[in-house]
Amino acid sequence: MAMKFEKTGEGAYLLDVCGYVCPHPQIYCKKSLEKMNEGDVVEMVLDNPSSVETIAQMCDQVGHEILDRKTEGGKIYLKIKKG
Amino acid sequence: MADQENNKKGQIWAFSITGVLVLVSLMYYQANVYYMYLIAYIWFGFAYGMMLQYGRFCFASASRDLFAAGVPRMAVGILVALIFFSLIQATLAATDMSTFHPAPFGIHTLIAGMIFGVGMVLSGGCASGSLYKVGEGNGTSFLAAFFGLCIGQAIFVDVKWFNFLIPQKWVDSALAKGLPAEYMTSSFDTYLAGYIWDQPTLQLSHTKLMSDALPGAAKFFIADSLLNAVIPAAVILVVIYAFYIRKGFLKKRAKAKGGATTGFGDELAGMWNMITASKRTTLMGVLIGIVAGLHIFVMKGMQIKFGVSNFGELLTRMGHTSDVSIRGTVFDPGYWYITSQEGQLGAWILEKFGWNMHDNIFFGINNGLPEPWRNPALWMSFGIIFGAMVMARLNNEFKFKLPKGELIAWGLIGGLLMGWGSRPALGCNIGAFFIRVAGGDPSGWLYGAGMVFGAFAGVKFFNWWSERKMAKEMEAF
Repeated sequence: MAMKFEKTGEGAYLLDVCGYVCPHPQIYCKKSLEKMNEGDVVEMVLDNPSSVETIAQMCDQVGHEILDRKTEGGKIYLKIKKG
Repeated sequence: MADQENNKKGQIWAFSITGVLVLVSLMYYQANVYYMYLIAYIWFGFAYGMMLQYGRFCFASASRDLFAAGVPRMAVGILVALIFFSLIQATLAATDMSTFHPAPFGIHTLIAGMIFGVGMVLSGGCASGSLYKVGEGNGTSFLAAFFGLCIGQAIFVDVKWFNFLIPQKWVDSALAKGLPAEYMTSSFDTYLAGYIWDQPTLQLSHTKLMSDALPGAAKFFIADSLLNAVIPAAVILVVIYAFYIRKGFLKKRAKAKGGATTGFGDELAGMWNMITASKRTTLMGVLIGIVAGLHIFVMKGMQIKFGVSNFGELLTRMGHTSDVSIRGTVFDPGYWYITSQEGQLGAWILEKFGWNMHDNIFFGINNGLPEPWRNPALWMSFGIIFGAMVMARLNNEFKFKLPKGELIAWGLIGGLLMGWGSRPALGCNIGAFFIRVAGGDPSGWLYGAGMVFGAFAGVKFFNWWSERKMAKEMEAF
């Protein structure tokens, strides 16, 4: 099992932390956003429901925007724009 | 379509689990009316599990998410729960319906809290958090709960490995107690008899100062609830607001208002915004506080109804004398509690492999070793797992996740540290922190401070670890 943080295009990233439990998804999400530029978008995939609540509040506090959020087959997909 | 099918499957699972538990409860009741006591534990555990899962309520994330992500969601939820629980605790104490008892006060509480704090960050959940996550299908939490809280804890109380840490005066003090030699075999035995039992207990309402100043029931509300729980919790909420929320909130508010924000009203709005930022967590905080109080009320009622002060007396009446300790007791906290019962399960399993677990104070004299199906507090833990499973199934959040790679190591190490950090303080995040603080015992705050220090160290380690992994991933950019 390994986390994936990939650049998928100009200003676009993928962060896959499936299999990870707290606190790893929120830590990797925070660190990914720190490494991106304002306006960049990261698509995050995780399967740990507890982390989503924390990530949502973190984005709200810091000013990042969650553009899309969906759950499919036990996986949660978040699209976050760095603010 | 697929979503609808999953919803239906989830509902079938939820009803089936609940149905089985109802059936189990009826079977116990049919076997003997005394098992009503145990049934109460099952269903309070079930309620805790549902609320913990719905509110993502985990004490580990309170300090961890604050340090790791700057998010106070869980810290706020716990402090809200604490305030409500302490008020109900005070009401119960005032009406002589409380089962609460303070713990020996000393520096050991702080040290144990630190060990526990590191453990809960590594394993990804506190003691109650790990149980509810087992109910979500989380394998890492299962490793932490089974190998750390169950097996690790049982081994901890029965080995001599820590004798090098025991000063001679503890040995002398333990020997002076004149306990049967066959129960004084481990390092933990000497620690309990030679150190812990010599420490004073402190409950604010029972101090001379408070008893004299506040006659009658007022001492429970003012000393135990207001001074020990509500005011410190409110102060911590303000500190969290000032350090983590205030700047960002006022900036956003100024932007929205089109001007400066300097009024007290703005600060109050910021506090309220912080408290309601995660409605499900805060709502569950309120509910958990109320249910935890109700739990104490019901268990006290059971004790009055059956004329006992411990479930061990009922087990003895039913003829299960091998379940109880030499004092005729089993572990029966009378309120929400995790860890000791997991230790009992671990000891029960180890005895099946030939390990004698009755030859120590913890099981032999204090808590007994009942068969798991007659262990009331263990049923509370099972109730938490099943309650969380039902809630997760209803929300399509249940997923079997086998622990892989590094998570196996974190689960095992974290679980062991939680098990070993809960024993010296005679409790975990629930028994040593939540219950004690709400009950007017300041040692709860000492344990809480330890947990925060430990969590800070754990987060520092994970920050370093994840930074290395991120750097590796970014080499390809």
